[in-house]
Amino acid sequence: MSFRPDHELHRRRLSRNVGVGLTLAAFICLVFALTVVKVTRGEPMQAFDHVVRPELLKAPDQ
Amino acid sequence: MSDIQGYSQPTEAQFGDYVALLKPRVMSLVVFTALVGLLVAPVGVHPVIGFASILFIALGAGASGALNMWWDADIDAVMRRTMGRPVPAGKVQAGEALAVGLSLSGIAVVMLALASNLFAAGLLAFTIFFYAVVYSMWLKRSTPQNIVIGGAAGAFPPMIGWAVATGGVWIESVLMFMLIFMWTPPHFWALALFMKEDYHTAGVPMLTVTHGRKETRRQILIYTVLLAPIGIWAALTSIGGPFTLAVTVVLNAIFLKGAWDIYRRDETVAEGDKYLVEKKVFKFSLAYLFVHFTAFLVEAVLKTYGMGGW
Repeated sequence: MSFRPDHELHRRRLSRNVGVGLTLAAFICLVFALTVVKVTRGEPMQAFDHVVRPELLKAPDQ
Repeated sequence: MSDIQGYSQPTEAQFGDYVALLKPRVMSLVVFTALVGLLVAPVGVHPVIGFASILFIALGAGASGALNMWWDADIDAVMRRTMGRPVPAGKVQAGEALAVGLSLSGIAVVMLALASNLFAAGLLAFTIFFYAVVYSMWLKRSTPQNIVIGGAAGAFPPMIGWAVATGGVWIESVLMFMLIFMWTPPHFWALALFMKEDYHTAGVPMLTVTHGRKETRRQILIYTVLLAPIGIWAALTSIGGPFTLAVTVVLNAIFLKGAWDIYRRDETVAEGDKYLVEKKVFKFSLAYLFVHFTAFLVEAVLKTYGMGGW
């Protein structure tokens, strides 16, 4: 069994493909880190979603 | 056989060419000023949120750079300074620059809203619109005041950085905006004085082309005089202190002396020494902004040790 040699196009576009791949990986890491920070700081996890959520309503004295 | 050998592949855009669309050098200035705006604000920001926010501000600035390269490809192709850019060099298609610019603008604004707040994201969206539409599409080719009003786009980053921390606009962030806004005309006009043939060839109505070089020298002096009190005022607010005030006074004295020297010279003298003074003032203007914003940062650090501030 042998691997098929890369098409010439793949060699030409190597830097683009690697660059886009690394950028996307970095973006995922960043979004994950942001999520961890926001969740651990107890920021609001819910927002309006077309149904009334009693826990989002202000208490009468607020 | 000779046909095959003679066949050349079309130039393939590499990843670096797409990065070049984002004007990395302009982005570095945006990152620096936005970071200072964020760090000198009186509200602390979590390091991860701060890092992500600065990244998305820089991405938004880069996206507006790509939109500018899409729109200005025709004039970039005839100016020596810009003919190596990816679009005029034929590495990236103009349509690709438009697609990169639009999609990165959207990503940057939405992600900044999610990472920090809606106000900062709105300010970033307005900055992108201002640079790409108001400056590039409208003012750049129609008025010699292009640099003055277009300079506002470059002045927004510290305000956005401040808005990431505080969620609003304060006098300090307005003064940081004004500092870059008033600094831009003398900085670019000093460049236009010794890069004259470039703007002339492209037909961009630079002040040097429309109102002459004598008037440009006068305008450099006027804007430098107007710039000085803004720096002093900023040094007297909550982001300043004795250290910043001392730095501001020295910087403005040097800049004013340079602007005065430019005003006093005429073309014969300038051509005689190959625009030595104009080149020196241009280089100093870069240091001026960098040192000024560094002073704000140093003052903020001093304050944490109970030394800086008023």
